[in-house]
Amino acid sequence: MKSFLLDIKKNPGIYLILLPVLIWFIIFAYLPMFGLVMAFENYTPKGGFFGSQFVGFKHFADFFGSVYFGRLIRNTLLISLLNLLFNFPATIILALLLNEVKNKVFKKTLQTVSYLPYFISLVIVCGLIATFTASDGPITELIVGLGGKRQNYLGQPEYFRTIYILSDMWQGLGFGSIIYLAALSGIDQELYEAASLDGAGHIQQLIHVTLPGISTTIITLLILRMGTLFAVGYEKIILLYSTNTYETADVISSYVYRKGLQEFNYSYSSAVGLFNSVINTTLLVASNKLSKKFTETSLF
Amino acid sequence: MKIKASPSRIAFLIFNYCFLTLLGLAFIVPVWHVVMASFSDAAKLTSHTGIVWWPLGDMNLGGYRIVLSSPSIGTGYANTAFYVIVGTTISMVLTIMGAYALSRKTMKYRNVFMLFISFTMLFNGGMIPTYMVVKNVVHMYDTRWAVIVPTAISVFNLIILRTGFQQVPESLIESAKLDGAHEWTIMFRIIVPLSKATIAVIILYYAVGLWNSWFPAMIYLKGRDKYPLQLILREILLLNDTGVMTTSADAVKNVQLERNLVKYCTIIVSTVPIMCFYPFIQKYFTKGVMIGAVKG
Repeated sequence: MKSFLLDIKKNPGIYLILLPVLIWFIIFAYLPMFGLVMAFENYTPKGGFFGSQFVGFKHFADFFGSVYFGRLIRNTLLISLLNLLFNFPATIILALLLNEVKNKVFKKTLQTVSYLPYFISLVIVCGLIATFTASDGPITELIVGLGGKRQNYLGQPEYFRTIYILSDMWQGLGFGSIIYLAALSGIDQELYEAASLDGAGHIQQLIHVTLPGISTTIITLLILRMGTLFAVGYEKIILLYSTNTYETADVISSYVYRKGLQEFNYSYSSAVGLFNSVINTTLLVASNKLSKKFTETSLF
Repeated sequence: MKIKASPSRIAFLIFNYCFLTLLGLAFIVPVWHVVMASFSDAAKLTSHTGIVWWPLGDMNLGGYRIVLSSPSIGTGYANTAFYVIVGTTISMVLTIMGAYALSRKTMKYRNVFMLFISFTMLFNGGMIPTYMVVKNVVHMYDTRWAVIVPTAISVFNLIILRTGFQQVPESLIESAKLDGAHEWTIMFRIIVPLSKATIAVIILYYAVGLWNSWFPAMIYLKGRDKYPLQLILREILLLNDTGVMTTSADAVKNVQLERNLVKYCTIIVSTVPIMCFYPFIQKYFTKGVMIGAVKG
């Protein structure tokens, strides 16, 4: 404590600059953390975080025992895993294909075009999805042309995940490939020359030079992605789902929002939120450890 | 040394160019459709099915007239401008201050504070407790601050910036101190100008984030007069509430007829600013990916 005061005395200017930042973190990051006691109470705004009735693990027990528990875990994991399964390799494949393009103008145009959706706001992207998959929308028209049914596809629970994942792909594919393209351009060109002198064909060059050259990037991103398996964001879900599609669309975070801020079950929903946070933190720490071990890169 | 391409190689290249062209079309056609539909005739658009390749009927600006004369879009724009400008300023000042203080090696307890800040990336109170703090502790409910202040600092951005600041040679700071410069002066006169590129990236991150933000506004704002553009867009595009476009009952009826046209025009009107800055944004965001990759 004494050496801390000495440190302040030695660097008063620096501490003065740091102070407002620390205050911000205390109010908007640490106070809510302490506020999590409300998950163990019957919180009332009047009682506040520390004056409401204490009920222990009641809300957790309610959640684990409710019919929603299984459904939420399933939906969250499915959306997350399917997204990983399709969109993670897709960005790598796009980068590899672009890397084979030698025509600079074509490559540049395609990159610019593929980044475009990334900069369209989420609300507009979701608006486009809703309009395009409505019963008179162009995508529905395409499906009808291929012999499908005319209906509002976004309102059908069995199509929600497909729509969610495909639209994620549309929006993030190009931008996601940037990091791999950078890794690809970092591969020493002499390696390719040496390989082709040794008689390696293009496929062999891909296997022996290209893929090893970007494997660190792939593994790092994959491991870090594992850390967010249970963290499906609520924004896109809330924008797209409806009572019809809760069955497949509702994830833990959107449930927290609905229970807490629409139905005012403050304590119950903070208990569900805390449950989700604990899983997220555990996964993040574990994946980070893995990443450190295998690739010597880590988030923190 | 040039090896003649084998037939399989040629086949691959043809496939590759065709596939990538199709993929490029998949990115651009939806956008093209929106642009063309926005210039179409309302009645023809309603009866049309499929993709609009060219404006239907006589090219007309009827949809734009409705959208641009709508009071909601106007206020939404003004509010978003406020949130982006004021919000980015607050975020930048706080982030620069934090990054600067934590980059100064003379501070002995720097790592303790770094841990204090980094920990919030790992664990946070979550939506509901944060909501309660904003509403009942700092009393920002239904004020514009609620949209800006609770999300003002991104730890990720702070760490990126700190890494950038640490690359400035210590000797520069030393000599400035010998000249009697205060920390505040060193920060804004020496460190910040030397880290312009990183700062530009982070300004864009914050600005684009605030431009796109709708959720905090939805949960914290009661008064429609404070709604940002994205929240108005949500009503028009997703809640199908084109009634917000106008106030008189007659016009509401008319707007119902022109619902799709109005939607497409709204999308264009609210995306134009981003598209104007697109080359700039693209350049810095691409740069940002690399900075983040070096030290995330």
